[in-house]
Amino acid sequence: MLDNLLPVDPEVAARIEALDLQFNKFGIDPYGIDKNDLIRFVSAFAWLYRYYFKVEVYGLDNVPSRGRALLIGNHSGGVAIDGAMVMGSMLLEAEPPRLPHAMIDKFIHEFPGASQLMSRTGQFTGNPEQAERLLNDERLVLVFPEGARGTAKLAKDADSLVGFGTGFMRLALETKSPIVPFGFVGGGDALPTVANLKRLGRLFGVPYIPVTKWGLLIPKPTRFQLLYGKPMFFEGTGHERDELVCAMVDQVKERIADLIRQGRSLREKEISGEDLVL
Amino acid sequence: MKVLVTGISGTLGRLTAVKLVQHGYEVVGIDRRPWPNAPEEIEIFQADIRKRPAEDVFRTHRPDAAIHMATVTHLVTQSPDRMRVNLYGTRAFIHHCAVYGVKQTVFVGRHTFYGAAADSPLYHTEDEPPMSTHSFPELADLVAADLYAASALWRYPEIATSVLRIVYTLGPSKHGTLASYLHGPNVPLIMGFDPLFQFMHEDDAAEAIVSALAHRLHGIYNVAGPTPVPLSTIVRAAGRRPIPAPEPLFKLGLGRLGLPRLPAGAADHLKYPIVVDSDPFRRATRFTYQYDERETINSFRAVR
Repeated sequence: MLDNLLPVDPEVAARIEALDLQFNKFGIDPYGIDKNDLIRFVSAFAWLYRYYFKVEVYGLDNVPSRGRALLIGNHSGGVAIDGAMVMGSMLLEAEPPRLPHAMIDKFIHEFPGASQLMSRTGQFTGNPEQAERLLNDERLVLVFPEGARGTAKLAKDADSLVGFGTGFMRLALETKSPIVPFGFVGGGDALPTVANLKRLGRLFGVPYIPVTKWGLLIPKPTRFQLLYGKPMFFEGTGHERDELVCAMVDQVKERIADLIRQGRSLREKEISGEDLVL
Repeated sequence: MKVLVTGISGTLGRLTAVKLVQHGYEVVGIDRRPWPNAPEEIEIFQADIRKRPAEDVFRTHRPDAAIHMATVTHLVTQSPDRMRVNLYGTRAFIHHCAVYGVKQTVFVGRHTFYGAAADSPLYHTEDEPPMSTHSFPELADLVAADLYAASALWRYPEIATSVLRIVYTLGPSKHGTLASYLHGPNVPLIMGFDPLFQFMHEDDAAEAIVSALAHRLHGIYNVAGPTPVPLSTIVRAAGRRPIPAPEPLFKLGLGRLGLPRLPAGAADHLKYPIVVDSDPFRRATRFTYQYDERETINSFRAVR
Protein backbone atom coordinates (compact mmCIF):
# COMPACT_ATOMS: atom_id res chain seq x y z
CA MET A 1 0.00 0.00 0.00
CA LEU A 2 2.65 2.50 1.06
CA ASP A 3 5.34 1.02 -1.19
CA ASN A 4 7.77 3.56 -2.60
CA LEU A 5 5.87 6.44 -1.03
CA LEU A 6 7.66 6.57 2.28
CA PRO A 7 11.32 6.13 3.15
CA VAL A 8 12.42 3.32 5.45
CA ASP A 9 14.15 4.09 8.72
CA PRO A 10 16.61 1.20 9.24
CA GLU A 11 16.27 1.35 13.01
CA VAL A 12 12.48 1.14 12.74
CA ALA A 13 12.80 -1.73 10.27
CA ALA A 14 14.96 -3.64 12.76
CA ARG A 15 12.42 -3.04 15.52
CA ILE A 16 9.50 -4.23 13.39
CA GLU A 17 11.52 -7.34 12.45
CA ALA A 18 11.95 -7.96 16.18
CA LEU A 19 8.19 -8.01 16.84
CA ASP A 20 6.84 -11.32 18.06
CA LEU A 21 4.55 -11.80 15.03
CA GLN A 22 4.15 -14.65 12.56
CA PHE A 23 4.24 -13.35 8.99
CA ASN A 24 3.19 -15.53 6.06
CA LYS A 25 4.80 -15.67 2.60
CA PHE A 26 3.30 -12.30 1.73
CA GLY A 27 4.58 -10.69 4.93
CA ILE A 28 1.10 -10.67 6.48
CA ASP A 29 0.32 -11.87 10.00
CA PRO A 30 -2.94 -13.72 10.78
CA TYR A 31 -4.58 -10.43 11.79
CA GLY A 32 -3.71 -8.73 8.52
CA ILE A 33 -0.70 -6.77 9.75
CA ASP A 34 1.59 -6.08 6.78
CA LYS A 35 5.23 -6.02 7.79
CA ASN A 36 6.33 -3.71 4.98
CA ASP A 37 3.46 -1.29 5.46
CA LEU A 38 4.14 -1.23 9.18
CA ILE A 39 7.84 -0.47 8.61
CA ARG A 40 7.06 2.39 6.24
CA PHE A 41 4.29 3.84 8.30
CA VAL A 42 6.19 3.67 11.59
CA SER A 43 9.28 5.13 9.89
CA ALA A 44 7.26 8.22 8.99
CA PHE A 45 5.55 8.29 12.36
CA ALA A 46 8.90 8.01 14.18
CA TRP A 47 9.79 11.47 12.96
CA LEU A 48 6.63 12.93 14.49
CA TYR A 49 7.18 10.98 17.68
CA ARG A 50 10.82 11.95 18.14
CA TYR A 51 11.09 15.44 16.74
CA TYR A 52 7.75 17.14 16.20
CA PHE A 53 6.43 15.97 19.52
CA LYS A 54 8.64 14.92 22.37
CA VAL A 55 7.42 12.14 24.60
CA GLU A 56 8.82 11.63 28.08
CA VAL A 57 8.02 8.02 28.90
CA TYR A 58 8.21 6.69 32.47
CA GLY A 59 7.67 3.16 33.74
CA LEU A 60 7.93 1.40 30.40
CA ASP A 61 9.17 -1.67 32.32
CA ASN A 62 5.70 -1.98 33.82
CA VAL A 63 4.38 -3.23 30.47
CA PRO A 64 4.96 -7.01 30.25
CA SER A 65 7.48 -7.73 27.50
CA ARG A 66 5.46 -10.74 26.40
CA GLY A 67 2.06 -12.29 26.95
CA ARG A 68 -1.41 -10.87 27.24
CA ALA A 69 -2.05 -7.48 28.84
CA LEU A 70 -4.45 -4.58 28.64
CA LEU A 71 -3.12 -1.02 28.43
CA ILE A 72 -5.75 1.21 30.01
CA GLY A 73 -5.46 4.98 30.08
CA ASN A 74 -6.92 8.41 29.58
CA HIS A 75 -7.69 10.48 26.54
CA SER A 76 -6.26 13.99 26.79
CA GLY A 77 -6.85 15.75 23.49
CA GLY A 78 -9.39 16.50 20.78
CA VAL A 79 -8.23 13.53 18.73
CA ALA A 80 -6.44 10.40 19.86
CA ILE A 81 -2.87 11.70 19.68
CA ASP A 82 -2.43 9.95 23.03
CA GLY A 83 -3.17 6.61 21.38
CA ALA A 84 -0.58 7.26 18.70
CA MET A 85 2.03 8.18 21.33
CA VAL A 86 1.34 5.02 23.32
CA MET A 87 1.87 3.10 20.07
CA GLY A 88 5.08 5.02 19.51
CA SER A 89 6.43 4.30 22.99
CA MET A 90 5.77 0.56 22.62
CA LEU A 91 7.16 0.30 19.09
CA LEU A 92 10.08 2.75 19.30
CA GLU A 93 11.21 2.62 22.92
CA ALA A 94 10.13 -0.63 24.57
CA GLU A 95 12.67 -3.48 24.70
CA PRO A 96 11.65 -5.74 23.06
CA PRO A 97 9.21 -3.67 20.97
CA ARG A 98 5.54 -4.68 21.05
CA LEU A 99 2.63 -3.79 18.81
CA PRO A 100 -0.44 -2.75 20.79
CA HIS A 101 -3.82 -3.42 19.18
CA ALA A 102 -6.01 -0.41 19.92
CA MET A 103 -9.77 -0.85 20.13
CA ILE A 104 -10.87 2.04 17.93
CA ASP A 105 -14.16 3.75 17.17
CA LYS A 106 -16.28 2.20 14.41
CA PHE A 107 -16.36 5.36 12.31
CA ILE A 108 -12.63 5.12 11.57
CA HIS A 109 -13.00 1.94 9.53
CA GLU A 110 -15.71 3.56 7.46
CA PHE A 111 -13.26 6.07 6.01
CA PRO A 112 -11.27 5.26 2.89
CA GLY A 113 -7.57 5.31 3.62
CA ALA A 114 -8.04 5.21 7.37
CA SER A 115 -9.62 1.79 7.06
CA GLN A 116 -6.74 0.49 4.97
CA LEU A 117 -4.09 1.91 7.28
CA MET A 118 -5.76 0.58 10.41
CA SER A 119 -6.32 -2.85 8.84
CA ARG A 120 -2.66 -3.20 7.86
CA THR A 121 -1.37 -2.12 11.26
CA GLY A 122 -3.62 -4.32 13.42
CA GLN A 123 -6.04 -1.67 14.72
CA PHE A 124 -9.60 -2.97 14.97
CA THR A 125 -13.02 -1.59 15.66
CA GLY A 126 -13.48 -2.17 19.37
CA ASN A 127 -15.67 -5.12 20.19
CA PRO A 128 -15.41 -7.67 22.97
CA GLU A 129 -14.99 -10.69 20.67
CA GLN A 130 -12.05 -9.09 18.92
CA ALA A 131 -10.32 -8.04 22.14
CA GLU A 132 -10.87 -11.44 23.73
CA ARG A 133 -9.38 -13.23 20.74
CA LEU A 134 -6.31 -10.97 20.75
CA LEU A 135 -5.75 -11.42 24.48
CA ASN A 136 -6.13 -15.20 24.23
CA ASP A 137 -3.51 -14.95 21.51
CA GLU A 138 -1.15 -13.27 24.05
CA ARG A 139 -1.33 -9.87 22.39
CA LEU A 140 -1.23 -6.40 23.91
CA VAL A 141 -4.59 -4.61 23.71
CA LEU A 142 -4.98 -0.84 24.16
CA VAL A 143 -8.28 0.50 25.46
CA PHE A 144 -9.38 4.01 26.35
CA PRO A 145 -12.39 3.31 28.58
CA GLU A 146 -13.59 6.90 28.18
CA GLY A 147 -14.17 6.26 24.47
CA ALA A 148 -15.19 9.16 22.23
CA ARG A 149 -16.47 11.00 25.33
CA GLY A 150 -12.81 11.16 26.37
CA THR A 151 -11.46 12.75 23.21
CA ALA A 152 -14.42 15.16 23.31
CA LYS A 153 -13.07 16.74 26.53
CA LEU A 154 -12.19 20.37 25.86
CA ALA A 155 -8.65 21.55 26.51
CA LYS A 156 -9.53 23.03 29.90
CA ASP A 157 -10.69 19.57 31.08
CA ALA A 158 -7.83 17.64 29.49
CA ASP A 159 -6.51 16.27 32.81
CA SER A 160 -9.92 15.15 34.08
CA LEU A 161 -11.54 11.76 33.55
CA VAL A 162 -15.07 11.18 32.29
CA GLY A 163 -17.11 8.01 32.86
CA PHE A 164 -15.30 4.71 32.30
CA GLY A 165 -16.90 1.79 30.50
CA THR A 166 -16.74 -1.54 32.32
CA GLY A 167 -16.11 -3.76 29.30
CA PHE A 168 -12.34 -3.74 29.71
CA MET A 169 -12.58 -5.02 33.30
CA ARG A 170 -14.89 -7.90 32.41
CA LEU A 171 -12.50 -8.74 29.60
CA ALA A 172 -9.50 -8.66 31.94
CA LEU A 173 -11.28 -10.94 34.41
CA GLU A 174 -12.49 -13.33 31.75
CA THR A 175 -9.11 -13.67 30.05
CA LYS A 176 -7.07 -13.31 33.27
CA SER A 177 -5.08 -10.45 31.77
CA PRO A 178 -3.09 -7.93 33.80
CA ILE A 179 -4.11 -4.30 33.46
CA VAL A 180 -1.35 -1.77 32.94
CA PRO A 181 -2.73 1.68 33.80
CA PHE A 182 -1.20 4.70 32.14
CA GLY A 183 -1.62 8.45 32.42
CA PHE A 184 -1.04 10.78 29.49
CA VAL A 185 -0.50 14.53 29.93
CA GLY A 186 -0.17 17.31 27.37
CA GLY A 187 -2.73 16.41 24.71
CA GLY A 188 -4.75 19.48 25.63
CA ASP A 189 -1.76 21.70 24.83
CA ALA A 190 -1.02 20.08 21.47
CA LEU A 191 -4.60 20.49 20.31
CA PRO A 192 -6.36 23.00 22.59
CA THR A 193 -9.97 22.36 21.61
CA VAL A 194 -12.41 25.09 22.51
CA ALA A 195 -15.53 23.53 20.95
CA ASN A 196 -16.78 20.39 19.30
CA LEU A 197 -19.12 20.66 16.31
CA LYS A 198 -21.42 17.70 16.77
CA ARG A 199 -23.97 18.41 14.06
CA LEU A 200 -21.36 19.12 11.39
CA GLY A 201 -19.54 15.97 12.50
CA ARG A 202 -22.63 13.90 11.95
CA LEU A 203 -22.78 15.14 8.36
CA PHE A 204 -19.30 13.73 7.80
CA GLY A 205 -19.95 10.52 9.70
CA VAL A 206 -17.74 11.31 12.71
CA PRO A 207 -18.85 11.85 16.34
CA TYR A 208 -17.83 15.53 16.25
CA ILE A 209 -15.38 17.95 14.62
CA PRO A 210 -13.06 19.57 17.16
CA VAL A 211 -12.25 23.26 16.80
CA THR A 212 -8.93 24.40 18.23
CA LYS A 213 -7.86 27.81 19.49
CA TRP A 214 -6.37 28.47 16.07
CA GLY A 215 -9.31 26.96 14.20
CA LEU A 216 -7.40 24.29 12.33
CA LEU A 217 -7.03 20.72 13.47
CA ILE A 218 -3.24 20.81 13.37
CA PRO A 219 -1.44 19.98 16.60
CA LYS A 220 1.43 22.20 17.64
CA PRO A 221 4.79 20.66 18.61
CA THR A 222 4.40 19.63 22.23
CA ARG A 223 6.21 17.73 24.95
CA PHE A 224 4.09 14.94 26.43
CA GLN A 225 4.37 12.95 29.64
CA LEU A 226 3.40 9.29 29.46
CA LEU A 227 3.49 7.32 32.72
CA TYR A 228 2.94 3.56 32.89
CA GLY A 229 1.90 2.30 36.31
CA LYS A 230 2.52 -1.11 37.89
CA PRO A 231 0.36 -3.89 36.43
CA MET A 232 -2.88 -4.51 38.34
CA PHE A 233 -4.33 -8.01 38.72
CA PHE A 234 -7.97 -8.66 39.50
CA GLU A 235 -9.56 -11.96 40.49
CA GLY A 236 -12.89 -13.03 39.04
CA THR A 237 -14.73 -14.60 36.15
CA GLY A 238 -16.02 -11.51 34.33
CA HIS A 239 -19.60 -12.45 35.17
CA GLU A 240 -19.78 -10.60 38.48
CA ARG A 241 -22.54 -8.15 39.35
CA ASP A 242 -22.15 -4.61 38.03
CA GLU A 243 -21.42 -3.11 41.48
CA LEU A 244 -18.43 -5.40 41.96
CA VAL A 245 -17.05 -4.71 38.51
CA CYS A 246 -17.61 -0.97 38.89
CA ALA A 247 -15.64 -0.99 42.15
CA MET A 248 -12.72 -2.63 40.35
CA VAL A 249 -13.01 -0.14 37.48
CA ASP A 250 -12.88 2.68 40.04
CA GLN A 251 -9.58 1.33 41.42
CA VAL A 252 -8.09 1.53 37.92
CA LYS A 253 -9.60 4.94 37.35
CA GLU A 254 -8.13 6.27 40.59
CA ARG A 255 -4.74 4.84 39.66
CA ILE A 256 -4.90 6.59 36.27
CA ALA A 257 -6.02 9.86 37.90
CA ASP A 258 -2.99 9.56 40.21
CA LEU A 259 -0.65 8.97 37.26
CA ILE A 260 -2.12 12.01 35.48
CA ARG A 261 -1.55 14.14 38.64
CA GLN A 262 2.08 13.02 38.83
CA GLY A 263 2.47 13.63 35.11
CA ARG A 264 1.07 17.14 35.52
CA SER A 265 3.50 17.87 38.38
CA LEU A 266 6.38 16.65 36.20
CA ARG A 267 5.16 18.87 33.40
CA GLU A 268 5.05 21.89 35.71
CA LYS A 269 8.54 20.86 36.94
CA GLU A 270 7.27 20.59 40.53
CA ILE A 271 8.81 17.12 40.83
CA SER A 272 11.41 15.15 38.90
CA GLY A 273 11.41 11.64 37.48
CA GLU A 274 12.89 10.19 40.70
CA ASP A 275 9.88 11.33 42.74
CA LEU A 276 7.41 9.27 40.74
CA VAL A 277 5.43 6.49 42.39
CA LEU A 278 4.37 4.31 39.47
CA MET B 1 -20.02 -46.96 1.32
CA LYS B 2 -22.21 -45.25 -1.26
CA VAL B 3 -22.23 -41.44 -1.45
CA LEU B 4 -24.69 -39.34 -3.43
CA VAL B 5 -23.45 -35.93 -4.56
CA THR B 6 -25.89 -33.26 -5.74
CA GLY B 7 -24.45 -30.54 -7.95
CA ILE B 8 -21.77 -33.01 -9.01
CA SER B 9 -21.06 -31.30 -12.36
CA GLY B 10 -19.88 -28.08 -10.75
CA THR B 11 -16.17 -27.48 -10.25
CA LEU B 12 -16.13 -28.37 -6.59
CA GLY B 13 -18.60 -31.21 -7.20
CA ARG B 14 -16.31 -32.88 -9.73
CA LEU B 15 -13.21 -32.48 -7.59
CA THR B 16 -15.03 -33.89 -4.58
CA ALA B 17 -16.45 -36.82 -6.56
CA VAL B 18 -13.03 -37.78 -7.89
CA LYS B 19 -11.54 -37.58 -4.40
CA LEU B 20 -14.35 -39.74 -3.02
CA VAL B 21 -13.59 -42.40 -5.62
CA GLN B 22 -9.90 -42.21 -4.72
CA HIS B 23 -10.81 -42.73 -1.08
CA GLY B 24 -12.76 -45.87 -2.04
CA TYR B 25 -16.32 -44.55 -1.89
CA GLU B 26 -18.95 -45.55 -4.43
CA VAL B 27 -20.24 -42.31 -6.00
CA VAL B 28 -23.60 -41.42 -7.56
CA GLY B 29 -24.28 -37.90 -8.78
CA ILE B 30 -27.22 -35.67 -9.60
CA ASP B 31 -27.01 -32.43 -11.55
CA ARG B 32 -29.06 -30.44 -14.03
CA ARG B 33 -25.86 -29.88 -15.99
CA PRO B 34 -24.03 -32.67 -17.79
CA TRP B 35 -20.52 -33.83 -16.87
CA PRO B 36 -19.01 -34.87 -20.19
CA ASN B 37 -16.25 -37.48 -19.91
CA ALA B 38 -16.90 -38.12 -16.26
CA PRO B 39 -14.88 -41.00 -14.77
CA GLU B 40 -16.74 -44.20 -15.51
CA GLU B 41 -16.87 -45.31 -11.88
CA ILE B 42 -19.20 -42.40 -11.23
CA GLU B 43 -22.85 -42.81 -12.20
CA ILE B 44 -24.47 -39.49 -13.09
CA PHE B 45 -28.15 -38.67 -13.40
CA GLN B 46 -29.10 -35.47 -15.16
CA ALA B 47 -31.99 -34.29 -13.07
CA ASP B 48 -33.21 -31.35 -11.03
CA ILE B 49 -32.91 -32.01 -7.30
CA ARG B 50 -36.44 -30.67 -6.79
CA LYS B 51 -38.01 -33.06 -9.33
CA ARG B 52 -39.24 -36.66 -9.23
CA PRO B 53 -36.32 -38.21 -11.18
CA ALA B 54 -33.92 -36.97 -8.49
CA GLU B 55 -35.98 -38.59 -5.76
CA ASP B 56 -35.90 -41.81 -7.79
CA VAL B 57 -32.12 -41.81 -7.56
CA PHE B 58 -32.35 -41.74 -3.74
CA ARG B 59 -34.99 -44.50 -3.81
CA THR B 60 -33.21 -46.88 -6.14
CA HIS B 61 -29.63 -46.26 -5.00
CA ARG B 62 -30.20 -45.92 -1.26
CA PRO B 63 -26.95 -44.01 -0.57
CA ASP B 64 -25.40 -44.23 2.92
CA ALA B 65 -24.29 -40.63 2.79
CA ALA B 66 -25.12 -37.53 0.72
CA ILE B 67 -23.33 -34.28 -0.03
CA HIS B 68 -25.42 -31.27 -1.07
CA MET B 69 -23.69 -28.89 -3.44
CA ALA B 70 -26.61 -28.07 -5.71
CA THR B 71 -26.83 -24.42 -4.74
CA VAL B 72 -26.46 -21.60 -7.21
CA THR B 73 -23.86 -19.34 -5.72
CA HIS B 74 -22.64 -17.03 -8.46
CA LEU B 75 -24.24 -13.64 -8.41
CA VAL B 76 -24.76 -13.28 -12.13
CA THR B 77 -27.88 -15.43 -12.00
CA GLN B 78 -30.16 -13.05 -10.22
CA SER B 79 -33.54 -14.62 -10.59
CA PRO B 80 -36.38 -16.01 -8.50
CA ASP B 81 -35.25 -19.37 -9.90
CA ARG B 82 -32.03 -19.15 -7.93
CA MET B 83 -33.93 -18.63 -4.72
CA ARG B 84 -36.13 -21.65 -5.51
CA VAL B 85 -33.21 -23.89 -6.40
CA ASN B 86 -31.34 -22.94 -3.26
CA LEU B 87 -34.20 -23.30 -0.80
CA TYR B 88 -36.56 -25.88 -2.30
CA GLY B 89 -33.53 -27.83 -3.45
CA THR B 90 -32.16 -27.97 0.08
CA ARG B 91 -35.57 -28.93 1.39
CA ALA B 92 -35.91 -31.77 -1.12
CA PHE B 93 -32.41 -32.96 -0.29
CA ILE B 94 -33.08 -33.14 3.44
CA HIS B 95 -36.45 -34.76 2.87
CA HIS B 96 -35.09 -37.48 0.60
CA CYS B 97 -32.22 -38.19 2.99
CA ALA B 98 -34.67 -38.69 5.86
CA VAL B 99 -37.12 -40.81 3.87
CA TYR B 100 -34.57 -43.03 2.15
CA GLY B 101 -32.43 -43.80 5.15
CA VAL B 102 -29.33 -41.71 4.47
CA LYS B 103 -27.24 -41.85 7.66
CA GLN B 104 -24.97 -38.93 7.04
CA THR B 105 -25.21 -35.62 5.14
CA VAL B 106 -22.89 -32.74 4.33
CA PHE B 107 -24.23 -29.34 3.27
CA VAL B 108 -21.65 -27.24 1.46
CA GLY B 109 -22.17 -23.55 2.25
CA ARG B 110 -20.00 -20.48 2.19
CA HIS B 111 -18.23 -18.24 4.65
CA THR B 112 -19.92 -15.15 3.20
CA PHE B 113 -22.79 -16.21 5.50
CA TYR B 114 -21.36 -13.85 8.15
CA GLY B 115 -21.32 -10.76 5.94
CA ALA B 116 -18.79 -7.94 5.84
CA ALA B 117 -19.07 -4.80 7.99
CA ALA B 118 -16.83 -2.13 9.50
CA ASP B 119 -17.45 -3.36 13.03
CA SER B 120 -17.51 -7.11 12.62
CA PRO B 121 -14.71 -8.98 14.35
CA LEU B 122 -11.94 -10.67 12.44
CA TYR B 123 -12.30 -14.46 12.78
CA HIS B 124 -15.98 -15.34 12.89
CA THR B 125 -17.02 -18.31 14.97
CA GLU B 126 -19.87 -20.66 14.08
CA ASP B 127 -22.23 -19.26 16.71
CA GLU B 128 -22.36 -15.82 15.11
CA PRO B 129 -25.60 -14.80 13.36
CA PRO B 130 -25.59 -13.59 9.74
CA MET B 131 -25.32 -9.80 10.02
CA SER B 132 -25.40 -8.43 6.52
CA THR B 133 -28.44 -9.69 4.68
CA HIS B 134 -29.86 -6.14 4.71
CA SER B 135 -26.84 -4.65 2.95
CA PHE B 136 -26.42 -7.54 0.51
CA PRO B 137 -29.91 -8.95 -0.14
CA GLU B 138 -28.63 -10.93 -3.12
CA LEU B 139 -26.99 -13.32 -0.68
CA ALA B 140 -30.09 -13.73 1.47
CA ASP B 141 -31.13 -17.01 -0.17
CA LEU B 142 -27.74 -18.59 0.52
CA VAL B 143 -27.89 -17.46 4.13
CA ALA B 144 -31.40 -18.88 4.39
CA ALA B 145 -30.31 -22.15 2.78
CA ASP B 146 -27.46 -22.45 5.31
CA LEU B 147 -29.80 -21.85 8.26
CA TYR B 148 -32.42 -24.16 6.77
CA ALA B 149 -29.88 -26.93 6.25
CA ALA B 150 -28.83 -26.59 9.88
CA SER B 151 -32.43 -27.19 10.94
CA ALA B 152 -31.84 -30.82 9.93
CA LEU B 153 -29.59 -31.03 12.99
CA TRP B 154 -32.61 -31.00 15.31
CA ARG B 155 -35.29 -32.24 12.93
CA TYR B 156 -33.39 -35.42 12.12
CA PRO B 157 -30.97 -35.92 14.99
CA GLU B 158 -30.44 -39.54 13.88
CA ILE B 159 -28.72 -38.28 10.70
CA ALA B 160 -25.15 -37.01 11.16
CA THR B 161 -25.49 -33.61 9.48
CA SER B 162 -22.66 -31.17 8.93
CA VAL B 163 -23.00 -27.67 7.55
CA LEU B 164 -19.69 -26.44 6.15
CA ARG B 165 -19.02 -22.73 5.66
CA ILE B 166 -16.12 -22.84 3.24
CA VAL B 167 -13.96 -19.85 2.32
CA TYR B 168 -13.46 -18.76 -1.30
CA THR B 169 -11.82 -21.40 -3.46
CA LEU B 170 -9.19 -20.71 -6.08
CA GLY B 171 -7.31 -22.97 -8.45
CA PRO B 172 -6.68 -24.10 -12.00
CA SER B 173 -10.41 -24.44 -12.79
CA LYS B 174 -10.70 -20.62 -12.67
CA HIS B 175 -14.23 -21.03 -11.40
CA GLY B 176 -15.81 -19.48 -8.35
CA THR B 177 -16.53 -16.05 -6.93
CA LEU B 178 -12.93 -14.98 -6.37
CA ALA B 179 -11.74 -16.39 -9.71
CA SER B 180 -14.44 -14.50 -11.63
CA TYR B 181 -13.55 -11.34 -9.78
CA LEU B 182 -9.89 -11.79 -10.78
CA HIS B 183 -10.86 -12.70 -14.35
CA GLY B 184 -9.66 -9.67 -16.33
CA PRO B 185 -6.19 -8.09 -16.50
CA ASN B 186 -7.44 -5.07 -14.54
CA VAL B 187 -9.19 -5.67 -11.25
CA PRO B 188 -11.22 -2.85 -9.66
CA LEU B 189 -10.67 -2.17 -5.96
CA ILE B 190 -12.34 0.37 -3.75
CA MET B 191 -9.87 3.12 -3.01
CA GLY B 192 -8.74 3.35 0.60
CA PHE B 193 -9.98 -0.10 1.55
CA ASP B 194 -8.10 -3.36 1.37
CA PRO B 195 -9.88 -6.18 3.17
CA LEU B 196 -8.33 -9.47 4.09
CA PHE B 197 -9.57 -12.27 1.84
CA GLN B 198 -9.56 -15.86 2.95
CA PHE B 199 -9.27 -18.51 0.29
CA MET B 200 -8.10 -22.07 -0.16
CA HIS B 201 -7.08 -24.25 -3.07
CA GLU B 202 -10.07 -25.99 -4.66
CA ASP B 203 -8.38 -29.38 -4.17
CA ASP B 204 -8.02 -28.62 -0.48
CA ALA B 205 -11.69 -27.61 -0.31
CA ALA B 206 -12.71 -30.93 -1.90
CA GLU B 207 -10.44 -32.78 0.53
CA ALA B 208 -12.06 -30.91 3.43
CA ILE B 209 -15.52 -32.02 2.28
CA VAL B 210 -14.41 -35.64 2.05
CA SER B 211 -12.81 -35.27 5.45
CA ALA B 212 -16.09 -34.00 6.97
CA LEU B 213 -17.74 -37.13 5.61
CA ALA B 214 -15.01 -39.47 6.81
CA HIS B 215 -15.23 -38.07 10.35
CA ARG B 216 -19.05 -38.19 10.47
CA LEU B 217 -19.21 -34.55 11.59
CA HIS B 218 -22.40 -33.40 13.22
CA GLY B 219 -22.75 -29.64 13.50
CA ILE B 220 -21.76 -26.37 11.85
CA TYR B 221 -18.13 -25.84 10.88
CA ASN B 222 -16.14 -23.06 9.26
CA VAL B 223 -13.62 -24.43 6.80
CA ALA B 224 -10.48 -22.46 5.91
CA GLY B 225 -6.97 -23.06 4.60
CA PRO B 226 -4.01 -20.68 4.83
CA THR B 227 -4.11 -17.36 6.71
CA PRO B 228 -5.95 -14.52 4.94
CA VAL B 229 -4.23 -12.09 2.57
CA PRO B 230 -5.16 -8.48 1.66
CA LEU B 231 -7.14 -8.26 -1.57
CA SER B 232 -4.66 -5.96 -3.33
CA THR B 233 -1.86 -8.44 -2.58
CA ILE B 234 -3.92 -11.26 -4.12
CA VAL B 235 -4.62 -9.17 -7.21
CA ARG B 236 -0.94 -8.43 -7.71
CA ALA B 237 0.18 -11.98 -6.94
CA ALA B 238 -2.31 -13.20 -9.56
CA GLY B 239 -0.53 -11.05 -12.14
CA ARG B 240 -3.40 -8.59 -12.39
CA ARG B 241 -3.31 -4.82 -12.19
CA PRO B 242 -5.26 -3.38 -9.25
CA ILE B 243 -7.32 -0.34 -10.24
CA PRO B 244 -8.48 1.46 -7.11
CA ALA B 245 -11.55 3.61 -7.71
CA PRO B 246 -13.38 5.82 -5.21
CA GLU B 247 -16.49 4.04 -3.98
CA PRO B 248 -19.13 6.21 -5.74
CA LEU B 249 -17.28 5.83 -9.03
CA PHE B 250 -16.90 2.11 -8.45
CA LYS B 251 -20.63 1.67 -7.93
CA LEU B 252 -21.43 3.75 -11.04
CA GLY B 253 -18.99 1.76 -13.14
CA LEU B 254 -20.21 -1.73 -12.23
CA GLY B 255 -21.24 -3.63 -15.33
CA ARG B 256 -19.74 -0.92 -17.54
CA LEU B 257 -16.24 -0.18 -18.86
CA GLY B 258 -15.27 -3.81 -18.55
CA LEU B 259 -15.96 -3.89 -14.82
CA PRO B 260 -17.71 -7.01 -13.54
CA ARG B 261 -21.46 -6.89 -13.03
CA LEU B 262 -21.91 -7.02 -9.27
CA PRO B 263 -24.77 -6.01 -7.00
CA ALA B 264 -24.17 -2.84 -5.00
CA GLY B 265 -23.95 -4.87 -1.77
CA ALA B 266 -20.83 -6.57 -3.08
CA ALA B 267 -18.96 -3.33 -2.38
CA ASP B 268 -18.96 -4.18 1.33
CA HIS B 269 -17.14 -7.40 0.53
CA LEU B 270 -14.44 -5.34 -1.17
CA LYS B 271 -14.18 -2.98 1.81
CA TYR B 272 -14.36 -5.22 4.86
CA PRO B 273 -12.98 -8.67 5.58
CA ILE B 274 -14.92 -11.88 6.09
CA VAL B 275 -12.50 -14.08 7.95
CA VAL B 276 -13.48 -17.25 9.77
CA ASP B 277 -11.99 -19.27 12.59
CA SER B 278 -11.86 -22.89 11.48
CA ASP B 279 -10.15 -24.34 14.55
CA PRO B 280 -13.13 -26.54 15.51
CA PHE B 281 -13.09 -28.13 12.04
CA ARG B 282 -9.34 -28.66 12.19
CA ARG B 283 -9.61 -30.23 15.62
CA ALA B 284 -12.49 -32.50 14.59
CA THR B 285 -10.92 -33.74 11.36
CA ARG B 286 -7.19 -33.01 11.72
CA PHE B 287 -7.52 -31.44 8.27
CA THR B 288 -4.41 -29.71 6.93
CA TYR B 289 -4.18 -27.83 3.65
CA GLN B 290 -1.69 -28.86 0.97
CA TYR B 291 -1.42 -25.53 -0.84
CA ASP B 292 -0.34 -22.39 0.98
CA GLU B 293 -1.50 -18.89 0.03
CA ARG B 294 1.13 -18.35 -2.66
CA GLU B 295 0.88 -21.82 -4.20
CA THR B 296 -2.89 -21.44 -4.39
CA ILE B 297 -2.67 -18.13 -6.25
CA ASN B 298 0.05 -19.49 -8.54
CA SER B 299 -2.07 -22.52 -9.46
CA PHE B 300 -4.77 -20.08 -10.58
CA ARG B 301 -2.35 -17.77 -12.33
CA ALA B 302 -0.48 -20.51 -14.21
CA VAL B 303 -3.53 -21.52 -16.28
CA ARG B 304 -4.00 -19.36 -19.34
